[in-house]
Formats: sequence, structure tokens, C-alpha cells
Amino acid sequence: MSIEVKNIVKTFDSFKALDDVSLKVETGELIALLGPSGSGKTTLLRIIAGLDTADSGEILFSGNDARNKKIKDRNVGFVFQHYALFRHMTVFDNIAFGLKVKPKHIRLPDDKIKAKVKELLNLVQLDWVGDRYPSQLSGGQRQRIALARALAIEPKVLLLDEPFGSLDAQVRKELRHWLRRFHDDLHITSLFVTHDQEEALEVADRIVVMNKGRVEQIGTPQEVYHKPANVFVLNFLGNVNLFQGRVIDGKLYLGNAPNVLQGSKSEIKSANLYIRPHQFDVARQSQGDNAIKATVKYINPAGSSVKLDLSPESGNELHVEITQQEFSQLQLIKGEDVFVVPKDVTFCEYEI
Amino acid sequence: MSITRTESPVVRYSLIGIALSYLVLFIFMPLFIVFASALQKGIAVYLNSLTDIDTIAAIKLTVITALIAVPLNLVFGVAASWAIAKFDFRGKNLLLTLIDLPLSVSPVISGLIFVLLFGLQGAFGPWLRDHGWRIIFAPSAIIIATIFVTFPMVARELIPVMKAQGNDEEEAAITLGASGWKTFWFITLPNIKWGLLYGVILCNARAMGEFGAVSVVSGHVRGMTNTLPLQIEILYNEYNFTAAFAAASLLAFLALFTLVIKSLVEFRFRAELKAERKK
Repeated sequence: MSIEVKNIVKTFDSFKALDDVSLKVETGELIALLGPSGSGKTTLLRIIAGLDTADSGEILFSGNDARNKKIKDRNVGFVFQHYALFRHMTVFDNIAFGLKVKPKHIRLPDDKIKAKVKELLNLVQLDWVGDRYPSQLSGGQRQRIALARALAIEPKVLLLDEPFGSLDAQVRKELRHWLRRFHDDLHITSLFVTHDQEEALEVADRIVVMNKGRVEQIGTPQEVYHKPANVFVLNFLGNVNLFQGRVIDGKLYLGNAPNVLQGSKSEIKSANLYIRPHQFDVARQSQGDNAIKATVKYINPAGSSVKLDLSPESGNELHVEITQQEFSQLQLIKGEDVFVVPKDVTFCEYEI
Repeated sequence: MSITRTESPVVRYSLIGIALSYLVLFIFMPLFIVFASALQKGIAVYLNSLTDIDTIAAIKLTVITALIAVPLNLVFGVAASWAIAKFDFRGKNLLLTLIDLPLSVSPVISGLIFVLLFGLQGAFGPWLRDHGWRIIFAPSAIIIATIFVTFPMVARELIPVMKAQGNDEEEAAITLGASGWKTFWFITLPNIKWGLLYGVILCNARAMGEFGAVSVVSGHVRGMTNTLPLQIEILYNEYNFTAAFAAASLLAFLALFTLVIKSLVEFRFRAELKAERKK
């Protein structure tokens, strides 16, 4: 089932939680709603589920208006941030709940319900916890049970609100890989909310970046990371260095050196260039005009890349990432001077 | 858990001593005197005074009053705390304040309110009289006054419990297809059951023991409009001490019984709250 949201507006008192939001989720897609807290992503998810109502705008499920549909007729599975497992029921009864509360004439017989719950427990690889209570499970296990419970009613759409938000880093990484594989097997149209850009980039087919109740950009992880639509998206999806360049005689200057990266236009007076930490070459000798001389202030060699904080002769501190290999070739030490050359620019803002 | 003991034994024991003598003076001694006076003339006289026709009528009225007031306040308490804990609406704080009103107003005033409303000189008095209804100085006034005095008891217990639990589980149940009624019955009610029981126990104790408000509206008609606390007062004023203390011993039993149940529930409730916090 596809979901289409058109021009949704939602106001709480005087706070505009959603301001003309439109997006489309195709059947079988896994979409991330990414944004800082207060950007309206959870509100949007709740409106799609029917837990909240929009002030105006349309919601279409497979092209049909869903606004007047009750929650239980929307066929939506919802996974809550804090799991919301029924604390007084066993795991088994939690998962069976959605099947047991069905009206008598469509309810499955007890043995079928039992078999179905077993199947779901196997699916989330927790077949041995059926008779435990939620308080006896770890956070990751609870989240998987919450997912199994949501899947029990065979929803056409799965909505997940910060599904890994309250888990620790290790479990979080495991579980998001698991979710990706899980989605690849089930192909159920899914929408999940997150404020963790790494999570969104890693798991989602497409990312909807939201800020202050508006959609800033919709695109694949590559698109939003490498071709951000604006400065907000650029900043939110990773570290970035800002250069204020001046344009003199048609040449763009970073600091004192003319920069040949951009084919500059004569009508441009100045430009803001945004460059990601990995888009630099670092060398001991100056390599041409556009090299920036800087002092090494801090080295963090832990991780897949080496992170450097560099202080240039003028301008803001630079955050640069080089590979472990480059680092061992350069043999950098704190306090020495190096030359950095931007290889590429992620985003440009021009002033005319 | 370890507590560092920095106080000298003298300080410790004198503090314990003060607390204990206070308890003996104000709890154990009066309680002992109630039972001692009740049984002063032997068990036969004790049982005899309890089976006195007016005392039995008073016990009946007390039980009937509690049987009406407690279920009504149970329904009201659940509804009010549900509304306050789970919804946002205009006037929520006003409602919260109003729920506390009977606790902050002197019971005598509570009684007087109903005399002013339903008494012959009151707002609805003449109209009620013309239709042949008598409320003040009749059992109905006692029931109304008791409901008024005890209506905060259940709500006060439930509001914090429901607020702490939030809406998540109810919302989860609804997304799983449960109706509003099924959600209440299978999710909300099991989660609040201990708080509810606790509130009902307190409500019942207050309903049976209420004196001030009931005294104002009752009219003290023997065998008709006397509840147990009022009957005790009458017997005492007539120097019928044994009978008064015998009746009082019943209320004391009720208090002890309530205390035991309350502690049991508190114990259970605390264990559940602890499990809840572990989440």
C-alpha cells in the first residue's frame, strides 16, 4: 500500500508543528523521516496512523482518502518509541492482543492465534520469551516484541517512531541492520522516524529531511548527503566546513589564495562554500595556489578515519578527515603546519 | 542501602522514644480504652448493646450509605482521573481544584451547603416540599453529604498513577484494533487496579466514619437518620458509655481492618511501581 500525504498542516496552540507537508511513500519502500526534535516528524507519523488529526490537508492510502477512516480500519502497524508493551501481560499475550480483540465473527480460533504468535516470535528470533513479562526483557528484545505485536494484525503499512531511540549504541546498530534485512524479506511499506542521520543514511531507501514542520528535502541517502538542497540539510547530515570566499576579477578567493575550484561568474561578489571533512587533501608541502596553511591542533586517530582539527592562518577552525593510510604516510604530529587543499565542494551559496 | 550513623545513641534513642510515646499516648491508649470500656461490663453486655434496635439501624444506614457512595465515587473517580490524566482541555486545573474542595472545606460547611440547598428555607426546599420529597433530615441527605465529602478519595489516588503511566499503552491497543471499551477493560483497568483498590478502601473508611457533614444534615432521628458515628455521640451524651464504646469499637475495627488492607495494597502496589520503574 502506498501512502500519500498532501499539504498537511497541524497546529498545537500557537505552535505550527506541521506546515504544508507533502510526501509520497511508494509500496514496499522503507522511508526515514529525519529531523531534529520539534521538527514535526513524530506528529506526521501519528497523523498518518490516525492517532492525531491534521488541521487541513489530505492523507491517501493507495489513492483513497484515509482521513475519515478509524485507526483500526487503517490497517497500520505502529511501533512506539518506548515500546508501549502491555506491562501486565506476558509477551505471548502482548502479541496475541491484536488478534484477540477482533470482533467474534472474524477472530481466529485460539489454536490458530497460538500458532500465529509462535510464528511471529520465531520471526523476531525470540521464540523462548513467550511466557515472560516485558519488564524481564532487555530494551532490544522489547523493541522486537513491539514489532512482532504490530505485525500480528498483518498491517499494510508499518510506522515506527524512533524505534531505536532508547537503546544503547551497540544494540542500536545491530537492530537497524536487522530492520533493514527484515524489510527486505517482508517488503511492507514502512516509515520510521529518527533524529540520527547515520541511522537514516544506513537503513532507508529514501530520506525525508524535516525542519520546523517543513520538508527540506526528499531523496535517496546519496542525494541528501552529497547533493543537499540547502544549508540545513547539509549541516544536519554531517560535519561541514564553511569558507567565506571573495570574488575578485572573476576569481574566487579562499583567504588570500585564489581558488580554482569553481568556474566563477563575474556578477558574483562573494560565496559561502561548504566542504565536508573528507573532501580535503592534506600535504606537508604547498601544492599550488589554493592550498591553505594550517596548524594541527588535535588528532583523533580512533575510528575508520583519522579526524584532524586544523587552525588556519585566518578563518574558522577546520575539521578534516583523512584515511588511516594517509595518516601513517604523513606521520603528522600535533603542533606542526600542514597544507590543505579542498578537492571538492558539497554546497555553494552565492551572493550577487 | 546503608545509612551512615553519625548521631550518638542518646539522640537516636530519644528520637525513637519520642515517636513511640507519642504513638502510645495518641493511638494505642485511646484504642485500648475504646475496647476496654466496651468490654467493661462483660461480653454479654457488649453484644447486647450492639444488637440494640437503634444501633442496628445505625449500622444498616452506615452500610447502605457506603454501598451507595463508594460505587458512585468509584465511577466518578475513574472518569475524572481519566479525563485529567489523559486529555488536555480547558478548565482542567479548575476541575483539579474542585476535586480537592471537599478536603479543604470543613465537613460542617459541607453539610450546611446541603441544608441551604435542600432545607425548607433553602433554594430547592419549597419545590421539594410541594412534590412531597424530603431530603434534609432524611437518609437521602446523609447519602448526598457522604458522597460529597468522599468524592475526592478515589480520584486523588488515581490521577498520579494514571499520569505516570501516560497514554502509550492505550494508543498501542487502539492501533491494534481494540475499541475504546476493550482498551479500558483490558489495558487501563489492569494497570490502575491497585491504585483503584487503595482509593476505594480510603473512600469506604471515610464514608463510614464521616461525622461532621452527616451530623448537620441528619436531624438525629433515632433508628431513622443516625449513622454509626452519630449513634455513638447520642449514646455517649446519654451517659450510656458501654453502648457508646461498643459501637465505637466497631468503627475501630473498621479502621484497623482498613489499615491492614491498606498496608497490604501499599506493599503490592510498591512492588509493581518498582517493576514499572525498572522499564
